[in-house]
Amino acid sequence: MSEDFNDNKTIRAQSSETISGGGSGTTPDMDYVRPAEVGEQDLYHGHSFITKWIFCQDAKVIGVQYFLLATFTGIIGLILSWLMRLQLGFPELATFMTAEHYYQFVTMHGMIMVVYFLTALFLGGFGNYLIPLMVGARDMVFPYLNMVSFWSFFVAVGVLLASFFVPGGPTGSGWTLYPPQAILEGTPGSGYGIMLMCISLILFVAGFTMGGLNYLITVLQARTRGMTLMRMPLTVWGIFTATVLAMLAFPALLVGALMMSLDNVLGTSFFMPTILKAGEVLEYGGGSPILFQHLFWFFGHPEVYIVALPAFGIISDLISVHARKNIFGYRMMVWAIVGIGALSFFVWAHHMYVSGMNPWFGFFFATTTLIIAVPTAMKVYNWILTLWRGNIRLNTVMLWCLGFIVTFVNGGITGIFLGNVSVDVPLSDTYFVIAHFHMVMGIAPLMVIMGAVYHWFPLVAGRFLDEKLGKWHFWLTFLGAYSIYFPMHYLGFIGVPRRYFEMYDSPYVTSAVGMNEFISLAAFIVGAAQFILIYNIIKTLKTGKPAGHNPWQACSLEWLTPKVPPEHGNWGDRLPVVHRWAYDFSVPGAKEDFITQTTPPSEVAHTKVEKT
Amino acid sequence: MSDLRIEGYEFKPGFKGMAKDTGSDQTMFKGVHWGKAMMWIFLLSDTFIFSCFLISYMKGRGSTIIDWPNPSEVFGLHVFGVDVPLLLIAIMTFVLITSSGTMALAVKYGYEKNKKMCGWLILATAIGGLTFVGMQAFEWGKLIHEGVRPWQNPFGAPQFGSFFFMITGFHGTHVSIGVIFLFIYAYKTFAGHYDQGKRGWFTTMKGDYVEIEILGLYWHFVDLVWVFIFAFFYLW
Repeated sequence: MSEDFNDNKTIRAQSSETISGGGSGTTPDMDYVRPAEVGEQDLYHGHSFITKWIFCQDAKVIGVQYFLLATFTGIIGLILSWLMRLQLGFPELATFMTAEHYYQFVTMHGMIMVVYFLTALFLGGFGNYLIPLMVGARDMVFPYLNMVSFWSFFVAVGVLLASFFVPGGPTGSGWTLYPPQAILEGTPGSGYGIMLMCISLILFVAGFTMGGLNYLITVLQARTRGMTLMRMPLTVWGIFTATVLAMLAFPALLVGALMMSLDNVLGTSFFMPTILKAGEVLEYGGGSPILFQHLFWFFGHPEVYIVALPAFGIISDLISVHARKNIFGYRMMVWAIVGIGALSFFVWAHHMYVSGMNPWFGFFFATTTLIIAVPTAMKVYNWILTLWRGNIRLNTVMLWCLGFIVTFVNGGITGIFLGNVSVDVPLSDTYFVIAHFHMVMGIAPLMVIMGAVYHWFPLVAGRFLDEKLGKWHFWLTFLGAYSIYFPMHYLGFIGVPRRYFEMYDSPYVTSAVGMNEFISLAAFIVGAAQFILIYNIIKTLKTGKPAGHNPWQACSLEWLTPKVPPEHGNWGDRLPVVHRWAYDFSVPGAKEDFITQTTPPSEVAHTKVEKT
Repeated sequence: MSDLRIEGYEFKPGFKGMAKDTGSDQTMFKGVHWGKAMMWIFLLSDTFIFSCFLISYMKGRGSTIIDWPNPSEVFGLHVFGVDVPLLLIAIMTFVLITSSGTMALAVKYGYEKNKKMCGWLILATAIGGLTFVGMQAFEWGKLIHEGVRPWQNPFGAPQFGSFFFMITGFHGTHVSIGVIFLFIYAYKTFAGHYDQGKRGWFTTMKGDYVEIEILGLYWHFVDLVWVFIFAFFYLW
């Protein structure tokens, strides 16, 4: 086995030279960077197809694996949303769908999109691919654990999808899985469906913990020479903070899922109160359904930021690169990310205003919720100030960025409505809520993902995605998403309740029929528009314009690898040495409008670059 | 941070030193092995799991309307014609805490490269853990024999059985996993894998005595959690 390892003599020689290289005569003093503290990472190089592409220990391959599997799961979520919209807009065409089916689709759509699509894609996909490259590491610190992390996710997805094929089908209790109805007969999937859901979530948490430990330790302990925390790109900050949240929030989900499975399988009564069914008392009794809600939302609210913080980080980098300006208020951005992350643990009960908890409790959580608006608004202002008087390239990536800002502000404002107890009570469980969270944590992060795909595809595949198709993709998605979710706010105001299979002849709902049809049509188009991206990727993989090195003229390390796409080990025979932050764009006096992170100060001594 | 030296880096004492380390490049925790840092963060996450369990237990116990059973009676043993409250649990706790002591010694001998002492002490720790799990199985058996089930409890609130079996079971699983690893590590120590830097079978990482300290962290954590479970279930 030992021949599989990187016992290469040249690398040893190079690294020992770099270790003592700081004081050697050739480099000027101003370029001095402390020698390496840790020796070269010991990497396992796969030789066969299986060790290179399937059970692979390279973080970049694992990132792509996460990306592909999450996208596959996301497409299933998308198809489920089509079916739901078909029922809501054109019930006469959806005669094959019963109320049970509808609830199952709602549940699976929600869970898939939040956990198995967005979380897996941002942290598993972008995290794995970008963290080692951006901090200048050869790989994640525990490549084997990283591989197991992906395959746990794979099994989790398998178990989740298996629930479509068991007796009773998948669970239909809503993505929040509230007991007691989640495990009572009469709810679809109350036997096997909910059990598989709980098992799948437990597997996901276990797998995620392995990946999360990798992300955290890579950022904390495996940065390259000169890479301080305050020189990291904001993408890494976002993913890092989101991972911290996940490590502390997923335990609550794990415990909740475990207790729910025991209630379901063993007949314990953790969450089950005394229940009368058809005049008979069930064997359950003495449990607390509210306890589950607390556990679920102690996970559930940080989960929103687990999705949002990586999006915040990525968008900051994209805007900065494509506006050719440094990100406005870098330190403020970092502290805002950390602050939002910390606050997100103190707001969970704003999802429970109508659960019957003490109103004073609601008052406290409304206050903390509104406080979160402060760091969030700071970030929005900073994005806009970064754009202000920038040298904006209005390409597809920038379009997605602008789309994100607009959508996010929109969803954020409705969040202020819902954060207040007295406004929330009439609006809760209406389509207003649906519109709010789809805008703020559905469409907005999705825009970031799309922007990130168009931005980093040249690095991953070495070719540009097609701009023309990209613009079609953007405009259809952007305008379509607004056609879907803007009218939904109005539906909420007139009181249309969410999660209803059919509205029958309720008077306030008949007025909404036309609007529901319009929303459904828009949803079909937006969903179909996403396949433009898949077509674009397949097409440009072979025929796209070759990107070459650093095609966007970015400063950060991931673009500075010796080979594009980067190979295993990322950096060839010498690790990069970092001298500055990742945002030295348009520096007065510099030859080009960017100075890469590895450019030594002596080369740019004549410019007005600031010390970072 | 007594004897750690890093070329080109000057340590500062106290809070200033912490701020300097945080602001420096490459590593935040100077000289800390990756695996050790990972174990600390994992344990932080695991702390949240056990906290969720124990808080749920408090909530469950607080909201049930049937009386909670008296722990000194339920967990008492009848030996030589006398009822002794909490006898078994006292022995269990003593064994587990002692095994923490042998673990700490194993770490010390490991760093001194004293293969033999280190191996025997890990083995002693493993046997301590195994004894603990065995006694827990005995206690479970006794309660089950008396009619306590996860869904029912002849002494009072049924949630007592639910929470007791779930939380001690989850902790017992932690101990059992620890015991398995202790046996593996004892074998690896005796076989000299840590001296030779032999690569692990799964992870392909080079063996190092620091692994024993990492396992030790886990083991001490499991002990610490037991102290909380002991307090919440047996003394409350």
